[in-house]
Amino acid sequence: MADRRRFEVLGELIIETVIRLCGISAIIFVFGIFFFVFREGSDFLFHQLNFVEFFTSPEWYPTSVSHKRYGVLALMAGTTSVTVLAMLIAVPFGLGAAIYISEFCSPRLKETFKIVIELLAAIPSVVWGFIGLTLMNELIIKLFNAPIGLTVLNGGIILALMSVPVIVSIGEDALKAVPDSYREAAEALGATRWQLTYKVLLPAAKNGLLAAVLLGVARAIGETMAVLMATGHAVKIPTSLLDSVRTLTATIAAELGESPVHSDHYQVLFIIGILLFSITFMVNLTADLIVKGIKNK
Amino acid sequence: MSRNPFQETPLLRRKRQAEYIARSGFLLMSLLMICPLILIVCYLFYKALPILSLDFLLANPARGMRAGGIWAPFVGTIYLVVISLLVSTPIGVFAAIYLNEYARDNWLTRFINLAVVNLAGVPSIVHALFGLGAFVLFAGMGRSVLAASLTLAIMTLPVIIAATREALGSVPMAFREACWNVGATRWQTIRHIVLPNSISGILTGIILQVSRAAGETAPIMFTGAVFYKAIPEGKIFAYGLFDQCMALSMHLFTIATQVPDVPEALPYGTAVVLLCTVLLVNAASIVIRVVLRSRKKW
Repeated sequence: MADRRRFEVLGELIIETVIRLCGISAIIFVFGIFFFVFREGSDFLFHQLNFVEFFTSPEWYPTSVSHKRYGVLALMAGTTSVTVLAMLIAVPFGLGAAIYISEFCSPRLKETFKIVIELLAAIPSVVWGFIGLTLMNELIIKLFNAPIGLTVLNGGIILALMSVPVIVSIGEDALKAVPDSYREAAEALGATRWQLTYKVLLPAAKNGLLAAVLLGVARAIGETMAVLMATGHAVKIPTSLLDSVRTLTATIAAELGESPVHSDHYQVLFIIGILLFSITFMVNLTADLIVKGIKNK
Repeated sequence: MSRNPFQETPLLRRKRQAEYIARSGFLLMSLLMICPLILIVCYLFYKALPILSLDFLLANPARGMRAGGIWAPFVGTIYLVVISLLVSTPIGVFAAIYLNEYARDNWLTRFINLAVVNLAGVPSIVHALFGLGAFVLFAGMGRSVLAASLTLAIMTLPVIIAATREALGSVPMAFREACWNVGATRWQTIRHIVLPNSISGILTGIILQVSRAAGETAPIMFTGAVFYKAIPEGKIFAYGLFDQCMALSMHLFTIATQVPDVPEALPYGTAVVLLCTVLLVNAASIVIRVVLRSRKKW
Protein backbone atom coordinates (compact mmCIF):
# COMPACT_ATOMS: atom_id res chain seq x y z
CA MET A 1 0.00 0.00 0.00
CA ALA A 2 2.77 2.40 0.94
CA ASP A 3 4.59 1.44 -2.24
CA ARG A 4 1.58 2.21 -4.32
CA ARG A 5 1.18 5.55 -2.64
CA ARG A 6 4.82 6.44 -3.30
CA PHE A 7 4.39 5.39 -6.92
CA GLU A 8 1.38 7.63 -7.26
CA VAL A 9 3.15 10.62 -5.78
CA LEU A 10 6.13 10.06 -8.07
CA GLY A 11 3.87 9.63 -11.10
CA GLU A 12 2.03 12.81 -10.24
CA LEU A 13 5.33 14.64 -9.96
CA ILE A 14 6.57 13.40 -13.32
CA ILE A 15 3.37 14.12 -15.18
CA GLU A 16 3.14 17.58 -13.66
CA THR A 17 6.69 18.36 -14.78
CA VAL A 18 5.88 17.17 -18.30
CA ILE A 19 2.75 19.30 -18.36
CA ARG A 20 4.63 22.36 -17.16
CA LEU A 21 7.34 21.82 -19.78
CA CYS A 22 4.77 21.51 -22.54
CA GLY A 23 3.05 24.56 -21.13
CA ILE A 24 6.04 26.76 -21.77
CA SER A 25 6.80 25.05 -25.10
CA ALA A 26 5.06 27.79 -27.06
CA ILE A 27 7.43 30.37 -25.57
CA ILE A 28 10.41 28.16 -26.37
CA PHE A 29 9.27 27.73 -29.96
CA VAL A 30 8.66 31.43 -30.57
CA PHE A 31 12.10 32.24 -29.21
CA GLY A 32 13.51 29.29 -31.16
CA ILE A 33 12.05 30.63 -34.38
CA PHE A 34 13.51 34.06 -33.79
CA PHE A 35 16.86 32.65 -32.68
CA PHE A 36 17.40 30.27 -35.59
CA VAL A 37 16.20 32.65 -38.28
CA PHE A 38 18.36 35.37 -36.74
CA ARG A 39 21.32 33.02 -36.43
CA GLU A 40 21.33 32.17 -40.13
CA GLY A 41 21.18 35.80 -41.15
CA SER A 42 23.17 37.47 -38.39
CA ASP A 43 26.60 37.36 -40.00
CA PHE A 44 25.53 39.40 -42.99
CA LEU A 45 23.19 41.55 -40.92
CA PHE A 46 25.96 42.84 -38.67
CA HIS A 47 28.92 42.99 -41.01
CA GLN A 48 27.89 43.77 -44.54
CA LEU A 49 24.29 44.86 -44.74
CA ASN A 50 23.80 48.45 -45.79
CA PHE A 51 20.59 49.34 -43.97
CA VAL A 52 19.93 52.48 -45.97
CA GLU A 53 20.19 50.57 -49.23
CA PHE A 54 18.20 47.66 -47.85
CA PHE A 55 15.17 49.75 -46.93
CA THR A 56 15.25 52.51 -49.54
CA SER A 57 16.49 50.95 -52.75
CA PRO A 58 14.02 49.28 -55.09
CA GLU A 59 16.88 47.39 -56.77
CA TRP A 60 16.85 43.72 -55.93
CA TYR A 61 19.65 42.06 -57.90
CA PRO A 62 20.92 39.32 -55.58
CA THR A 63 22.50 37.25 -58.33
CA SER A 64 24.08 40.00 -60.43
CA VAL A 65 27.67 39.15 -61.34
CA SER A 66 29.16 42.65 -61.31
CA HIS A 67 27.24 44.46 -58.60
CA LYS A 68 24.90 42.63 -56.22
CA ARG A 69 22.20 44.89 -54.81
CA TYR A 70 19.85 44.00 -51.99
CA GLY A 71 17.08 46.59 -51.83
CA VAL A 72 13.72 45.41 -50.56
CA LEU A 73 11.72 48.59 -51.19
CA ALA A 74 10.05 47.12 -54.27
CA LEU A 75 9.27 43.91 -52.41
CA MET A 76 7.76 45.85 -49.53
CA ALA A 77 5.75 47.88 -52.02
CA GLY A 78 4.55 44.57 -53.47
CA THR A 79 3.48 43.26 -50.08
CA THR A 80 1.85 46.57 -49.18
CA SER A 81 -0.07 46.96 -52.43
CA VAL A 82 -1.46 43.42 -52.37
CA THR A 83 -2.31 43.62 -48.67
CA VAL A 84 -4.02 47.01 -48.95
CA LEU A 85 -6.12 45.89 -51.90
CA ALA A 86 -7.03 42.66 -50.12
CA MET A 87 -8.11 44.60 -47.04
CA LEU A 88 -10.14 47.10 -49.08
CA ILE A 89 -12.16 44.13 -50.32
CA ALA A 90 -12.09 41.88 -47.29
CA VAL A 91 -12.79 44.37 -44.49
CA PRO A 92 -16.22 45.62 -45.64
CA PHE A 93 -17.31 42.17 -46.74
CA GLY A 94 -15.89 40.42 -43.70
CA LEU A 95 -17.37 42.86 -41.20
CA GLY A 96 -20.67 42.94 -43.12
CA ALA A 97 -20.86 39.16 -43.01
CA ALA A 98 -19.89 39.13 -39.33
CA ILE A 99 -22.71 41.59 -38.55
CA TYR A 100 -25.23 39.63 -40.60
CA ILE A 101 -24.27 36.32 -39.01
CA SER A 102 -24.18 37.71 -35.51
CA GLU A 103 -27.25 39.98 -35.56
CA PHE A 104 -29.58 39.42 -38.48
CA CYS A 105 -29.86 35.77 -39.35
CA SER A 106 -31.75 32.86 -37.83
CA PRO A 107 -29.85 30.38 -35.60
CA ARG A 108 -30.08 27.68 -38.24
CA LEU A 109 -28.69 29.86 -41.03
CA LYS A 110 -26.01 30.99 -38.61
CA GLU A 111 -24.77 27.42 -38.15
CA THR A 112 -24.65 26.94 -41.91
CA PHE A 113 -22.72 30.15 -42.45
CA LYS A 114 -20.24 29.25 -39.75
CA ILE A 115 -19.59 25.85 -41.28
CA VAL A 116 -19.05 27.35 -44.72
CA ILE A 117 -16.64 29.90 -43.27
CA GLU A 118 -14.75 27.13 -41.54
CA LEU A 119 -14.46 25.28 -44.84
CA LEU A 120 -13.43 28.47 -46.63
CA ALA A 121 -10.66 28.92 -44.07
CA ALA A 122 -9.50 25.34 -44.65
CA ILE A 123 -8.75 25.65 -48.36
CA PRO A 124 -4.95 25.28 -48.66
CA SER A 125 -3.06 28.34 -49.82
CA VAL A 126 -1.50 26.44 -52.71
CA VAL A 127 -5.00 25.71 -54.05
CA TRP A 128 -5.85 29.42 -53.81
CA GLY A 129 -2.63 30.13 -55.66
CA PHE A 130 -3.58 27.62 -58.32
CA ILE A 131 -6.97 29.30 -58.74
CA GLY A 132 -5.20 32.63 -59.12
CA LEU A 133 -2.87 31.12 -61.67
CA THR A 134 -5.62 29.60 -63.81
CA LEU A 135 -9.17 30.91 -63.31
CA MET A 136 -8.42 34.45 -62.11
CA ASN A 137 -5.60 34.85 -64.59
CA GLU A 138 -7.90 34.11 -67.53
CA LEU A 139 -10.69 36.25 -66.14
CA ILE A 140 -8.45 39.28 -65.70
CA ILE A 141 -6.94 38.91 -69.16
CA LYS A 142 -10.42 38.73 -70.69
CA LEU A 143 -12.09 41.44 -68.62
CA PHE A 144 -9.34 44.05 -68.71
CA ASN A 145 -7.66 43.13 -71.95
CA ALA A 146 -4.43 42.88 -69.99
CA PRO A 147 -1.34 41.15 -71.38
CA ILE A 148 -1.00 39.12 -68.20
CA GLY A 149 -3.44 38.35 -65.41
CA LEU A 150 -0.93 37.65 -62.65
CA THR A 151 -1.18 41.06 -61.07
CA VAL A 152 -1.79 43.06 -57.90
CA LEU A 153 -5.51 42.74 -58.62
CA ASN A 154 -5.34 38.95 -58.85
CA GLY A 155 -3.27 38.56 -55.69
CA GLY A 156 -5.42 41.08 -53.84
CA ILE A 157 -8.66 39.27 -54.62
CA ILE A 158 -7.21 35.89 -53.71
CA LEU A 159 -5.79 37.26 -50.45
CA ALA A 160 -9.12 38.94 -49.69
CA LEU A 161 -10.92 35.61 -50.02
CA MET A 162 -8.31 34.03 -47.76
CA SER A 163 -8.49 36.62 -45.01
CA VAL A 164 -12.27 37.02 -44.98
CA PRO A 165 -12.81 33.91 -42.80
CA VAL A 166 -10.41 35.29 -40.17
CA ILE A 167 -12.14 38.66 -40.13
CA VAL A 168 -15.61 37.10 -39.99
CA SER A 169 -14.92 34.66 -37.17
CA ILE A 170 -13.00 37.12 -34.97
CA GLY A 171 -15.44 39.93 -35.79
CA GLU A 172 -18.37 37.72 -34.88
CA ASP A 173 -16.70 36.87 -31.56
CA ALA A 174 -16.30 40.59 -30.90
CA LEU A 175 -19.99 41.25 -31.56
CA LYS A 176 -20.98 38.27 -29.45
CA ALA A 177 -18.96 39.71 -26.58
CA VAL A 178 -21.23 42.76 -26.40
CA PRO A 179 -23.57 42.12 -23.44
CA ASP A 180 -27.14 41.23 -24.36
CA SER A 181 -28.43 43.90 -22.01
CA TYR A 182 -27.18 46.51 -24.51
CA ARG A 183 -29.32 44.91 -27.21
CA GLU A 184 -32.33 44.66 -24.94
CA ALA A 185 -32.02 48.28 -23.89
CA ALA A 186 -31.85 49.44 -27.50
CA GLU A 187 -34.78 47.30 -28.55
CA ALA A 188 -36.84 48.51 -25.62
CA LEU A 189 -36.34 52.05 -26.94
CA GLY A 190 -37.80 50.93 -30.26
CA ALA A 191 -34.59 50.70 -32.27
CA THR A 192 -34.60 48.52 -35.35
CA ARG A 193 -31.88 45.93 -35.84
CA TRP A 194 -29.96 48.30 -38.08
CA GLN A 195 -30.16 51.20 -35.64
CA LEU A 196 -29.12 48.82 -32.88
CA THR A 197 -26.18 47.68 -34.96
CA TYR A 198 -24.70 50.98 -35.95
CA LYS A 199 -25.62 53.06 -32.91
CA VAL A 200 -24.91 50.49 -30.19
CA LEU A 201 -23.04 47.41 -31.34
CA LEU A 202 -20.44 48.96 -33.63
CA PRO A 203 -19.25 51.51 -31.03
CA ALA A 204 -19.31 48.86 -28.30
CA ALA A 205 -17.42 46.27 -30.33
CA LYS A 206 -15.09 48.56 -32.24
CA ASN A 207 -11.93 47.35 -30.53
CA GLY A 208 -12.74 43.72 -31.21
CA LEU A 209 -13.55 44.52 -34.82
CA LEU A 210 -10.27 46.40 -35.13
CA ALA A 211 -8.46 43.33 -33.80
CA ALA A 212 -10.27 41.21 -36.39
CA VAL A 213 -9.06 43.52 -39.15
CA LEU A 214 -5.49 43.47 -37.80
CA LEU A 215 -5.43 39.67 -37.72
CA GLY A 216 -6.71 39.70 -41.30
CA VAL A 217 -3.84 42.03 -42.20
CA ALA A 218 -1.34 39.72 -40.50
CA ARG A 219 -2.71 36.79 -42.44
CA ALA A 220 -2.43 38.70 -45.72
CA ILE A 221 1.13 39.88 -45.08
CA GLY A 222 2.32 36.40 -44.13
CA GLU A 223 0.64 34.48 -46.91
CA THR A 224 3.18 32.89 -49.18
CA MET A 225 2.11 30.30 -51.74
CA ALA A 226 -0.98 32.11 -53.00
CA VAL A 227 0.83 35.37 -53.72
CA LEU A 228 3.83 33.51 -55.10
CA MET A 229 1.60 31.93 -57.74
CA ALA A 230 -0.91 34.74 -58.34
CA THR A 231 1.05 38.00 -58.52
CA GLY A 232 3.58 37.30 -61.25
CA HIS A 233 7.28 37.70 -60.65
CA ALA A 234 8.16 41.30 -61.34
CA VAL A 235 10.31 43.04 -58.75
CA LYS A 236 9.07 46.59 -59.21
CA ILE A 237 7.03 49.23 -57.48
CA PRO A 238 3.51 48.84 -58.90
CA THR A 239 1.87 51.85 -60.52
CA SER A 240 -1.48 50.27 -61.36
CA LEU A 241 -3.64 47.35 -60.32
CA LEU A 242 -2.63 45.50 -63.46
CA ASP A 243 1.09 45.49 -62.69
CA SER A 244 2.85 42.33 -61.65
CA VAL A 245 4.63 42.51 -58.30
CA ARG A 246 6.54 40.33 -55.93
CA THR A 247 6.07 40.23 -52.18
CA LEU A 248 8.56 39.67 -49.36
CA THR A 249 7.22 36.19 -48.65
CA ALA A 250 7.20 35.13 -52.29
CA THR A 251 10.81 36.26 -52.70
CA ILE A 252 11.98 33.94 -49.94
CA ALA A 253 9.96 31.05 -51.34
CA ALA A 254 11.16 31.61 -54.89
CA GLU A 255 14.85 32.18 -54.23
CA LEU A 256 15.80 30.19 -51.16
CA GLY A 257 16.04 26.96 -53.11
CA GLU A 258 18.49 28.48 -55.57
CA SER A 259 20.83 30.29 -53.20
CA PRO A 260 23.82 28.31 -51.87
CA VAL A 261 23.69 27.75 -48.10
CA HIS A 262 25.34 30.59 -46.13
CA SER A 263 25.98 32.71 -49.21
CA ASP A 264 25.20 36.43 -48.95
CA HIS A 265 22.00 35.98 -50.91
CA TYR A 266 20.87 33.19 -48.59
CA GLN A 267 21.55 35.33 -45.54
CA VAL A 268 19.68 38.30 -46.97
CA LEU A 269 16.66 36.03 -47.46
CA PHE A 270 16.85 35.16 -43.76
CA ILE A 271 17.05 38.87 -42.94
CA ILE A 272 13.82 39.34 -44.91
CA GLY A 273 12.48 36.52 -42.74
CA ILE A 274 13.42 38.48 -39.61
CA LEU A 275 11.71 41.53 -41.07
CA LEU A 276 8.52 39.53 -41.75
CA PHE A 277 8.63 37.96 -38.30
CA SER A 278 8.96 41.40 -36.70
CA ILE A 279 6.11 42.91 -38.75
CA THR A 280 3.65 40.10 -38.02
CA PHE A 281 4.79 40.01 -34.39
CA MET A 282 3.95 43.69 -33.98
CA VAL A 283 0.60 43.34 -35.72
CA ASN A 284 -0.39 40.29 -33.68
CA LEU A 285 0.80 41.90 -30.47
CA THR A 286 -1.29 44.99 -31.16
CA ALA A 287 -4.35 42.89 -31.94
CA ASP A 288 -3.81 40.88 -28.78
CA LEU A 289 -3.44 43.98 -26.61
CA ILE A 290 -6.63 45.41 -28.08
CA VAL A 291 -8.54 42.21 -27.31
CA LYS A 292 -7.05 42.06 -23.79
CA GLY A 293 -8.11 45.66 -23.28
CA ILE A 294 -11.70 44.67 -23.96
CA LYS A 295 -11.62 41.75 -21.56
CA ASN A 296 -10.22 43.83 -18.71
CA LYS A 297 -12.90 46.49 -19.05
CA MET B 1 -62.11 62.24 -40.92
CA SER B 2 -59.58 61.04 -38.39
CA ARG B 3 -56.21 59.68 -39.42
CA ASN B 4 -55.80 55.91 -39.70
CA PRO B 5 -53.91 54.98 -36.52
CA PHE B 6 -52.19 52.13 -38.34
CA GLN B 7 -50.83 54.40 -41.05
CA GLU B 8 -47.05 54.43 -41.07
CA THR B 9 -45.54 57.75 -40.09
CA PRO B 10 -42.70 58.93 -42.34
CA LEU B 11 -40.21 58.25 -39.58
CA LEU B 12 -41.37 54.67 -39.19
CA ARG B 13 -41.23 54.17 -42.92
CA ARG B 14 -37.68 55.46 -43.09
CA LYS B 15 -36.74 53.17 -40.25
CA ARG B 16 -38.30 50.19 -41.96
CA GLN B 17 -36.61 50.97 -45.27
CA ALA B 18 -33.21 51.44 -43.65
CA GLU B 19 -33.67 48.17 -41.84
CA TYR B 20 -34.58 46.43 -45.07
CA ILE B 21 -31.61 47.88 -46.95
CA ALA B 22 -29.19 46.97 -44.17
CA ARG B 23 -30.51 43.46 -43.85
CA SER B 24 -30.36 42.70 -47.56
CA GLY B 25 -27.00 44.44 -47.91
CA PHE B 26 -25.42 42.32 -45.21
CA LEU B 27 -27.04 39.17 -46.57
CA LEU B 28 -25.62 39.97 -49.98
CA MET B 29 -22.16 40.45 -48.48
CA SER B 30 -22.37 37.12 -46.68
CA LEU B 31 -23.52 35.33 -49.80
CA LEU B 32 -20.87 36.97 -51.97
CA MET B 33 -18.31 35.66 -49.53
CA ILE B 34 -19.64 32.15 -49.70
CA CYS B 35 -20.22 31.94 -53.45
CA PRO B 36 -16.51 31.67 -54.28
CA LEU B 37 -16.19 28.48 -52.25
CA ILE B 38 -18.95 26.77 -54.19
CA LEU B 39 -17.89 28.19 -57.56
CA ILE B 40 -14.27 27.23 -57.04
CA VAL B 41 -15.03 23.68 -55.98
CA CYS B 42 -17.36 23.21 -58.96
CA TYR B 43 -14.87 24.74 -61.39
CA LEU B 44 -11.99 22.58 -60.17
CA PHE B 45 -14.13 19.45 -60.33
CA TYR B 46 -15.34 20.28 -63.82
CA LYS B 47 -11.80 20.72 -65.11
CA ALA B 48 -10.47 17.66 -63.29
CA LEU B 49 -13.25 15.32 -64.25
CA PRO B 50 -11.52 13.68 -67.26
CA ILE B 51 -8.64 12.47 -65.12
CA LEU B 52 -10.23 11.54 -61.80
CA SER B 53 -10.10 7.80 -61.28
CA LEU B 54 -8.62 5.28 -58.91
CA ASP B 55 -5.70 4.81 -61.30
CA PHE B 56 -4.88 8.50 -60.98
CA LEU B 57 -4.54 8.08 -57.25
CA LEU B 58 -2.59 4.83 -57.38
CA ALA B 59 -0.07 5.60 -60.11
CA ASN B 60 3.24 7.39 -59.71
CA PRO B 61 3.89 10.58 -61.64
CA ALA B 62 5.46 9.58 -64.95
CA ARG B 63 7.31 11.10 -67.94
CA GLY B 64 8.78 14.05 -66.09
CA MET B 65 5.50 14.57 -64.22
CA ARG B 66 3.57 15.10 -67.45
CA ALA B 67 1.57 11.90 -67.05
CA GLY B 68 0.66 9.30 -64.47
CA GLY B 69 -0.93 9.89 -61.11
CA ILE B 70 -0.22 11.14 -57.64
CA TRP B 71 0.63 8.07 -55.58
CA ALA B 72 4.07 9.18 -54.35
CA PRO B 73 2.95 12.69 -53.29
CA PHE B 74 -0.18 11.29 -51.69
CA VAL B 75 1.79 8.86 -49.53
CA GLY B 76 4.28 11.61 -48.74
CA THR B 77 1.51 13.85 -47.45
CA ILE B 78 0.19 11.03 -45.26
CA TYR B 79 3.67 10.57 -43.81
CA LEU B 80 4.14 14.26 -43.07
CA VAL B 81 0.70 14.58 -41.50
CA VAL B 82 0.96 11.48 -39.31
CA ILE B 83 4.44 12.24 -38.00
CA SER B 84 3.67 15.88 -37.32
CA LEU B 85 0.50 14.77 -35.57
CA LEU B 86 2.43 12.35 -33.35
CA VAL B 87 4.69 15.19 -32.27
CA SER B 88 2.27 18.07 -31.89
CA THR B 89 -0.71 16.30 -30.31
CA PRO B 90 0.90 15.37 -26.98
CA ILE B 91 2.72 18.70 -26.68
CA GLY B 92 -0.35 20.67 -27.66
CA VAL B 93 -2.75 18.77 -25.39
CA PHE B 94 -0.39 18.98 -22.41
CA ALA B 95 0.20 22.68 -23.06
CA ALA B 96 -3.55 23.25 -23.09
CA ILE B 97 -3.93 21.23 -19.89
CA TYR B 98 -1.28 23.40 -18.28
CA LEU B 99 -2.94 26.61 -19.40
CA ASN B 100 -6.42 25.54 -18.41
CA GLU B 101 -5.87 23.42 -15.29
CA TYR B 102 -2.59 24.48 -13.68
CA ALA B 103 -1.73 28.01 -14.72
CA ARG B 104 -2.57 30.87 -12.43
CA ASP B 105 -3.34 34.29 -13.74
CA ASN B 106 0.20 35.65 -13.64
CA TRP B 107 2.80 37.10 -15.98
CA LEU B 108 4.01 33.67 -17.12
CA THR B 109 0.53 32.66 -18.26
CA ARG B 110 0.09 35.96 -20.05
CA PHE B 111 3.45 35.38 -21.70
CA ILE B 112 2.48 31.88 -22.83
CA ASN B 113 -0.80 33.14 -24.25
CA LEU B 114 1.06 35.80 -26.15
CA ALA B 115 3.49 33.19 -27.47
CA VAL B 116 0.64 30.96 -28.66
CA VAL B 117 -1.02 33.86 -30.46
CA ASN B 118 2.24 34.79 -32.12
CA LEU B 119 3.12 31.23 -33.01
CA ALA B 120 -0.18 31.11 -34.89
CA GLY B 121 0.62 34.40 -36.57
CA VAL B 122 4.16 33.69 -37.78
CA PRO B 123 4.11 33.54 -41.60
CA SER B 124 4.45 30.03 -42.98
CA ILE B 125 7.58 30.94 -44.90
CA VAL B 126 9.26 32.05 -41.66
CA HIS B 127 8.42 28.63 -40.24
CA ALA B 128 10.18 27.24 -43.29
CA LEU B 129 13.27 29.35 -42.54
CA PHE B 130 13.17 28.15 -38.94
CA GLY B 131 12.85 24.51 -40.00
CA LEU B 132 15.75 24.93 -42.38
CA GLY B 133 17.95 26.63 -39.79
CA ALA B 134 17.03 24.48 -36.79
CA PHE B 135 16.19 20.98 -38.00
CA VAL B 136 17.85 20.64 -41.40
CA LEU B 137 21.14 22.42 -40.63
CA PHE B 138 21.59 22.77 -36.87
CA ALA B 139 20.19 19.39 -35.79
CA GLY B 140 21.75 17.75 -38.84
CA MET B 141 18.62 15.97 -40.02
CA GLY B 142 19.18 17.10 -43.57
CA ARG B 143 16.22 17.65 -45.84
CA SER B 144 14.06 14.80 -44.66
CA VAL B 145 10.56 13.63 -43.80
CA LEU B 146 11.45 14.11 -40.14
CA ALA B 147 12.63 17.72 -40.48
CA ALA B 148 9.58 18.65 -42.57
CA SER B 149 7.19 16.94 -40.13
CA LEU B 150 8.72 18.69 -37.13
CA THR B 151 8.39 22.04 -38.88
CA LEU B 152 4.74 21.28 -39.61
CA ALA B 153 4.21 20.12 -36.04
CA ILE B 154 5.40 23.42 -34.58
CA MET B 155 3.39 25.36 -37.10
CA THR B 156 0.15 23.55 -36.27
CA LEU B 157 0.67 23.49 -32.50
CA PRO B 158 -1.53 26.57 -31.86
CA VAL B 159 -4.47 24.85 -33.58
CA ILE B 160 -4.40 21.96 -31.11
CA ILE B 161 -3.74 24.19 -28.11
CA ALA B 162 -6.67 26.46 -28.94
CA ALA B 163 -9.12 23.63 -29.60
CA THR B 164 -8.09 21.61 -26.53
CA ARG B 165 -8.28 24.65 -24.28
CA GLU B 166 -11.76 25.39 -25.43
CA ALA B 167 -12.76 21.77 -24.84
CA LEU B 168 -11.23 21.69 -21.35
CA GLY B 169 -12.78 25.01 -20.49
CA SER B 170 -16.26 23.72 -21.30
CA VAL B 171 -16.06 21.01 -18.62
CA PRO B 172 -17.99 22.42 -15.64
CA MET B 173 -15.91 23.33 -12.60
CA ALA B 174 -18.28 21.31 -10.39
CA PHE B 175 -17.02 18.08 -12.01
CA ARG B 176 -13.48 18.84 -10.87
CA GLU B 177 -14.55 19.94 -7.41
CA ALA B 178 -16.52 16.74 -6.91
CA CYS B 179 -13.47 14.71 -7.90
CA TRP B 180 -11.11 16.64 -5.64
CA ASN B 181 -13.50 16.20 -2.76
CA VAL B 182 -13.27 12.42 -2.95
CA GLY B 183 -9.50 12.75 -2.57
CA ALA B 184 -8.26 12.59 -6.16
CA THR B 185 -5.07 14.41 -7.08
CA ARG B 186 -4.93 17.05 -9.77
CA TRP B 187 -3.66 14.65 -12.42
CA GLN B 188 -6.15 11.92 -11.45
CA THR B 189 -8.94 14.44 -11.84
CA ILE B 190 -7.67 15.45 -15.25
CA ARG B 191 -7.08 11.89 -16.35
CA HIS B 192 -10.41 10.43 -15.21
CA ILE B 193 -12.83 13.35 -15.31
CA VAL B 194 -11.64 16.28 -17.42
CA LEU B 195 -10.12 14.47 -20.39
CA PRO B 196 -12.94 11.94 -20.97
CA ASN B 197 -15.46 14.78 -20.83
CA SER B 198 -13.62 16.93 -23.33
CA ILE B 199 -12.41 14.27 -25.75
CA SER B 200 -14.73 15.42 -28.55
CA GLY B 201 -13.28 18.91 -28.56
CA ILE B 202 -9.74 17.60 -28.48
CA LEU B 203 -10.53 15.27 -31.37
CA THR B 204 -11.85 18.24 -33.35
CA GLY B 205 -8.58 20.04 -32.75
CA ILE B 206 -6.54 17.05 -33.90
CA ILE B 207 -8.60 16.73 -37.05
CA LEU B 208 -8.23 20.43 -37.82
CA GLN B 209 -4.50 20.01 -37.36
CA VAL B 210 -4.56 17.23 -39.95
CA SER B 211 -6.25 19.42 -42.51
CA ARG B 212 -3.92 22.32 -41.82
CA ALA B 213 -0.80 20.16 -42.08
CA ALA B 214 -1.97 18.46 -45.26
CA GLY B 215 -2.48 21.75 -47.06
CA GLU B 216 0.70 23.59 -46.14
CA THR B 217 3.35 24.02 -48.78
CA ALA B 218 5.82 26.71 -47.79
CA PRO B 219 7.11 25.07 -44.57
CA ILE B 220 7.96 21.80 -46.29
CA MET B 221 9.44 23.25 -49.47
CA PHE B 222 12.93 23.65 -48.05
CA THR B 223 12.84 21.14 -45.23
CA GLY B 224 12.02 17.83 -46.84
CA ALA B 225 9.68 17.89 -49.81
CA VAL B 226 11.24 17.41 -53.23
CA PHE B 227 10.02 17.85 -56.79
CA TYR B 228 10.26 14.22 -57.70
CA LYS B 229 10.91 10.95 -55.93
CA ALA B 230 9.22 7.79 -57.11
CA ILE B 231 8.17 5.06 -54.70
CA PRO B 232 6.88 1.54 -55.39
CA GLU B 233 3.26 1.81 -56.43
CA GLY B 234 0.74 0.44 -53.99
CA LYS B 235 3.25 0.37 -51.15
CA ILE B 236 2.39 2.54 -48.16
CA PHE B 237 5.53 2.18 -46.04
CA ALA B 238 7.82 3.51 -48.68
CA TYR B 239 9.66 6.37 -47.01
CA GLY B 240 12.21 6.29 -44.22
CA LEU B 241 12.38 9.02 -41.60
CA PHE B 242 15.47 10.52 -43.18
CA ASP B 243 14.37 10.20 -46.80
CA GLN B 244 13.10 13.13 -48.77
CA CYS B 245 9.55 12.82 -49.96
CA MET B 246 6.99 14.26 -52.34
CA ALA B 247 3.87 15.93 -51.00
CA LEU B 248 0.52 16.71 -52.63
CA SER B 249 0.64 20.46 -52.01
CA MET B 250 4.22 20.71 -53.23
CA HIS B 251 3.37 18.52 -56.23
CA LEU B 252 0.53 20.86 -57.21
CA PHE B 253 2.88 23.83 -56.99
CA THR B 254 5.50 22.01 -59.07
CA ILE B 255 3.29 20.90 -61.92
CA ALA B 256 1.38 24.18 -61.96
CA THR B 257 4.42 26.45 -62.16
CA GLN B 258 7.73 24.65 -62.63
CA VAL B 259 7.13 22.02 -65.31
CA PRO B 260 6.24 23.13 -68.83
CA ASP B 261 3.70 21.33 -71.06
CA VAL B 262 1.80 19.53 -68.35
CA PRO B 263 -1.59 18.30 -69.64
CA GLU B 264 -4.24 20.62 -68.23
CA ALA B 265 -6.23 18.03 -66.30
CA LEU B 266 -3.22 16.88 -64.25
CA PRO B 267 -2.84 19.90 -61.94
CA TYR B 268 -6.62 20.20 -61.66
CA GLY B 269 -6.82 16.58 -60.61
CA THR B 270 -4.12 17.12 -58.01
CA ALA B 271 -5.83 20.25 -56.73
CA VAL B 272 -9.15 18.42 -56.42
CA VAL B 273 -7.61 15.53 -54.48
CA LEU B 274 -5.86 17.95 -52.13
CA LEU B 275 -8.95 20.11 -51.70
CA CYS B 276 -11.23 17.13 -51.13
CA THR B 277 -8.87 15.60 -48.57
CA VAL B 278 -8.79 18.83 -46.62
CA LEU B 279 -12.51 19.57 -46.90
CA LEU B 280 -13.52 15.99 -46.02
CA VAL B 281 -11.29 16.01 -42.98
CA ASN B 282 -12.84 19.31 -41.91
CA ALA B 283 -16.34 18.05 -42.57
CA ALA B 284 -15.56 15.04 -40.39
CA SER B 285 -14.53 17.32 -37.55
CA ILE B 286 -17.74 19.31 -37.91
CA VAL B 287 -19.86 16.14 -37.86
CA ILE B 288 -18.07 14.82 -34.78
CA ARG B 289 -18.56 18.12 -33.04
CA VAL B 290 -22.27 18.30 -33.83
CA VAL B 291 -22.98 14.67 -32.91
CA LEU B 292 -21.06 14.77 -29.64
CA ARG B 293 -22.47 18.12 -28.67
CA SER B 294 -26.00 16.76 -29.01
CA ARG B 295 -25.04 13.89 -26.71
CA LYS B 296 -23.64 16.10 -23.99
CA LYS B 297 -25.54 15.65 -20.76
CA TRP B 298 -24.84 18.96 -19.08
